[in-house]
Amino acid sequence: MEIVYVYVKKRSEFGKQCNFSDRQAELNIDIPPNPELAEQFVERNPVDTGIQCSTSMSEHEANTERFEMETRGVNHIEGGWPKDVNPLELEQTIRFRKKVEKDENYINAIMQLGSIMEHCIKQNNAIDIYQEYFDDEDAVEVTDEAPSAKTINVFRDPQEIKRPATHVSWHPDGNRKLAVAYSCLNFQRAPEGMSSESYIWDLENPNRPEITLKPSSPLVTLEYNPKDSHVLLAGCYNGQIACWDTRKGSLVAELSTIEFSHRDPVYGTIWLQSKTGTECFSASTDGQVMWWDIRKLSEPTEVVVMDITKKEQLEHALGAISLEFESTLPTKFMVGTEQGIVISCNRKGKTPAEKIVCTFSGHHGPIYALQRNPFYPKNFLTVGDWTARIWSEDSRESSIMWTKYHMAYLTDGAWSPVRPAVFFTTKMDGTLDIWDFVFKQCDPALSLKVCDEALFCLRVQDNGCFIACGSQLGTTTLLEVSNGLCTLQRNEKNTASAIFERETRREKILEARHREMRLKEKGKAEGRDDELRDELPVLNLEELVTKAEEEFFDIIFTELKRKEVEAMKKKPKPLKQPSQETDEEVEGEEEAEEERGDGEGEEGGGEESPALGGQP
Amino acid sequence: MSNLITLKPRISANQGIPSIPIRTTLDNSTTVQYAGLLHQLTVKAKSTVRDIDPQNDLTFLRIRSKKHEIMVAPDKEYLLIVIQNPCE
Repeated sequence: MEIVYVYVKKRSEFGKQCNFSDRQAELNIDIPPNPELAEQFVERNPVDTGIQCSTSMSEHEANTERFEMETRGVNHIEGGWPKDVNPLELEQTIRFRKKVEKDENYINAIMQLGSIMEHCIKQNNAIDIYQEYFDDEDAVEVTDEAPSAKTINVFRDPQEIKRPATHVSWHPDGNRKLAVAYSCLNFQRAPEGMSSESYIWDLENPNRPEITLKPSSPLVTLEYNPKDSHVLLAGCYNGQIACWDTRKGSLVAELSTIEFSHRDPVYGTIWLQSKTGTECFSASTDGQVMWWDIRKLSEPTEVVVMDITKKEQLEHALGAISLEFESTLPTKFMVGTEQGIVISCNRKGKTPAEKIVCTFSGHHGPIYALQRNPFYPKNFLTVGDWTARIWSEDSRESSIMWTKYHMAYLTDGAWSPVRPAVFFTTKMDGTLDIWDFVFKQCDPALSLKVCDEALFCLRVQDNGCFIACGSQLGTTTLLEVSNGLCTLQRNEKNTASAIFERETRREKILEARHREMRLKEKGKAEGRDDELRDELPVLNLEELVTKAEEEFFDIIFTELKRKEVEAMKKKPKPLKQPSQETDEEVEGEEEAEEERGDGEGEEGGGEESPALGGQP
Repeated sequence: MSNLITLKPRISANQGIPSIPIRTTLDNSTTVQYAGLLHQLTVKAKSTVRDIDPQNDLTFLRIRSKKHEIMVAPDKEYLLIVIQNPCE
């Protein structure tokens, strides 16, 4: 800090210093009260006074000095011309310009500036400064948010008598509309006066359905034609197939003849990928799968009976409750039956036996939903009884993955069209479960109670964000799923396919083990027969041995006896002492034997000697 | 891709902007507009640089905008302005 100016004044020039001191209190005036003055006043009792308990504020006004403002624009006109040059005359300006151009200063300046400028221009040309450098990095949004879903809209059945919503289908273009089929599936328990109408709802207007479809019998399923968004296909409760064109009105455009239709409610209808876009097929619990062409609904083009014994017997056929068709595999289709078996069929099979390729059994009850994984068509999801199962076409004995047994029956299920590892299921207690098996395998990633009554059907929109579920009282709820569940995570495809492969391999190994164990048991049973056969030859040997021994001893005894007889004949000494005789007999025998042996040695010594030698 | 203006700055206390475009590839009105505005900006930039460090001086001025880049090379008497479109 620098000292700019110093003010100087002497202390003595300030004046005398103030000195303060204490002093006692002094009474200056004392005025006593005068009661006579009180008579001039009248007492007022009670007194009405307003009291306010608040901060007291005051209002003031102030006016500043006027500040004048003016808006001005600048008009750029050419100026700075020297006085002798008139800027408006073209000739003069040109002349002036030319003069300047010849100025040496100008030339030098321009050369210099030019070179600097050139350098910068070249820099610009070399590097594109507007280039996006971190363009591909913005996909690394780590979704830390927990999966969530919220209800956006609820579409209630406008009818008095509420019917369950049995099927929901999204409009193919833009997904702005929903077609919902209503029918009562309890056998003959449909209440009197229940209407058979089904509705098409516009998502913007949940109060009134946009289009009403009036069939002769309630609709069990309803599907939009993916190629032509005005055409709808429906399966009726009485087994007929009906077709609508929304441009033509709410009455049925085409209806199949009742003689050739199904005999039970049509539970599954799917459009086929064909050039004409008019082919479809349907399945029903009467055990038949029929192919139709919309243009001629009087007769089905083809009928296949779901008889797994391959004999085309309708009595043995299994009732079909769900159909599956994947447009990438156009010749194959799958049928889920009431008996809990999935039948995989080939449409191009020439004989009925060839049509049914293989079966997968694993559920205890009807399979209400059947769908292939949109990313890995070899794996498919089935929903039935109290579980949802994932199967692989390679492993036929059992499913590769399954959920635990729930408390409520599962009614419908679907894969997410966007994420290969996510699928949705609905239950009889009104909950919607969202499973993500890349995230968690034993429990659903999200479990939502949508309504108090049972949920019957479920449909996911093509972008994977919206889900429509239909309930028992005809209420269709539209839900929006959180971002994390409808955007493809990194590596999800690889992880999901790795999981599928791993589980398939595990099942195959288990199957192989089972087969081995079965073979071993068979082998053990065969082994016992072999042992029995070994004992018989053993017995034979023993018999032979005993026989041989007996024969041997027989021969010896006969020979001995013969020798005794001959010894008796040859005894020349009849008068011998009996004791000696015995000894002598023995000796005699021995001598006789020796003699005989010597005597008969010439005859058959060869024979005797082995007998002698053999004597014990 | 680029347009060129050469200016001759002239100090004048009168109204109007003291700069005469000597050579230009743009039309007249645009030239006059660019010239006036950029001249003022250059003067301001120059004074800024000199205020911070009196020994310093402004050699070049580049203004990058969404659509193009404006480059100004000042001199004692003259001003060279180039407007360049980015190469994409």
